[in-house]
Amino acid sequence: MTAGSTAAERLLTELPPSPAVWCSGLRKRYRRQTAVDGVSFTVGRGEVVGLLGPNGAGKTSVIKILLGLVRPDAGEVLLLGRPARNPDARADVGYLPELFRYQPWLTPAEVLTLHVRLAGIAVPAQERRGCLALVGLAGRADDRVGSFSKGMQQRLGLAVALVARPQLVVLDEPTSALDPIGRADVRDLLISLKDRGVAVLLNSHLIGEVERVCDRVVILDKGRVAASGTLSELLGQRELRLRLDGVTAAAEARLAAAGRLTRTGNAFTVMLPAEQDGTTVPELVADLVGLGVRIHAVEPARISLEERLLDILRTGQGEGRQ
Amino acid sequence: MIVRTVFTIAALTLQEAARRRVLRALAVLTVVLLALSAWGFSRIDAEFGGLTSGEAKAVASIVLNLVMFGLSMIAALGTAFLAGPTLAGEIESGIALAVLGRPVRRAAVLVGKWLGLVTFGGSFVAVAGLAQLLIVRATVGYWPPKPATGLVLLAAQTTVLLTLGLLLSNVISPMASGIVAVGLFGATWVAGVVGSVGEALDNASVARIGTVSRMLLPTDGLWHGAMNSFQDPALLRQAGSGFGESPFLSMAPLTSTYLAWTGLWVAVMLGLAAMAYHRRDL
Repeated sequence: MTAGSTAAERLLTELPPSPAVWCSGLRKRYRRQTAVDGVSFTVGRGEVVGLLGPNGAGKTSVIKILLGLVRPDAGEVLLLGRPARNPDARADVGYLPELFRYQPWLTPAEVLTLHVRLAGIAVPAQERRGCLALVGLAGRADDRVGSFSKGMQQRLGLAVALVARPQLVVLDEPTSALDPIGRADVRDLLISLKDRGVAVLLNSHLIGEVERVCDRVVILDKGRVAASGTLSELLGQRELRLRLDGVTAAAEARLAAAGRLTRTGNAFTVMLPAEQDGTTVPELVADLVGLGVRIHAVEPARISLEERLLDILRTGQGEGRQ
Repeated sequence: MIVRTVFTIAALTLQEAARRRVLRALAVLTVVLLALSAWGFSRIDAEFGGLTSGEAKAVASIVLNLVMFGLSMIAALGTAFLAGPTLAGEIESGIALAVLGRPVRRAAVLVGKWLGLVTFGGSFVAVAGLAQLLIVRATVGYWPPKPATGLVLLAAQTTVLLTLGLLLSNVISPMASGIVAVGLFGATWVAGVVGSVGEALDNASVARIGTVSRMLLPTDGLWHGAMNSFQDPALLRQAGSGFGESPFLSMAPLTSTYLAWTGLWVAVMLGLAAMAYHRRDL
């Protein structure tokens, strides 16, 4: 082996791992309807990214393009560093489709065996059974899938997405048919994937779910990326609501110094920066007390992702990173 | 990787056929047909007791071809209606999404499905056809000259029609694909009859209808080859040149050129189906 090739190998191993998903300029038209219009985003290794947007925003089309199920009119996709045009790029990808159906004449155990074989890896039977147990189907491993309810089929779909030891999991509406317990199970599952360093791309209508587990959010509207960024970037400022008595001009000036101030009678609202520094609020309260203000209530509040999403979709522009 | 995908999907297709109702329906139909033919052949023996052994053989050979035609119809129609709907149905229901989200080539999935269906259709023809031949031997003592060749050609006929069904289901709706495949199968058979009338009347342009249709869809050509393997050679000598080809009598075995053409036809149709499947948005 030459010194040059060793150096090149070292250089390669020292490179940061390629993102789990990298896509650029995705475009797709169905006849006259533009479904996806110049979508670009990245999902880092081990990152959980939420895909949000109204019905018909192109979320499922984007997911299908990423997985090679729909051919884009333009754009490039890399999955775990490999061009998605090559089916081998999906070797370490697990997928739960929005329209989930599995061979009704097979048992769940057989469905998992089939998918492991198609993925081209060897997974011991015990691990496959563990995967079924993880989604709550341990007792039904040998029943026919045809006898399953929609919720149970969706649980099976989760097991299928997880069985071949994926490094990237793409979940398209994973809780659409699940009851509240099932949704909580999925949330725990997402957190455990995150802990294991598995990247997740999650398309969900349940904003609360996305807000709780996602590191970053990509908001799609009319086939375009309307906004994207980390939750704190997207949600922007925090609010501090106060109910005060005896507010002097000096006290009001102190409040205004902390952030943009609005006042309705005794109620004051101060807009604070997104980053929590742990000192702004206590210092403000101490100063107000020092200035002789009587404090009845101090209530920190955060704009919810839902409010922010509606705001972005209504105004047609996001202030997050594009 | 590709080979593993092909065999995995082929095995899955066979498992599907075995576990779904299609196998039971096909088994019932076949048993009914075989039972009827057994009864019919035993009547031939009883009613035409006065026939010479040569005459009895000739009658048995023609009736065998008739029954085999029924059998090949069941196999061809069964697989044609199975081929299109399974592929298109999986796309519509969403089963295909999870499978094709795996690191598999779509062409390999399609070829796997095709291989599974060919094995299924071929096994059906082999088992049911052999049972029929044994029934004939038991009832009237007739054994065709080339039974294996005949059964292989019948299996090839089934293969041709299911390949067409797979291609059509990628281009038109699944139900329409079954209907069109069966319609074309019937049309080619009728064109073959018209062609044989043309031959009998020495009318070259009418006879060409049969030839052209056998090139466009090789089902009727293969059927004639199969008949030739099942019928009594003495029958041809008896029939002489006056008869020519007929729907249930074949004068000559298939040429190797025609068999090569059939192979090429299947390969091209399968290639087109794979291309259409590959380009399809799911």
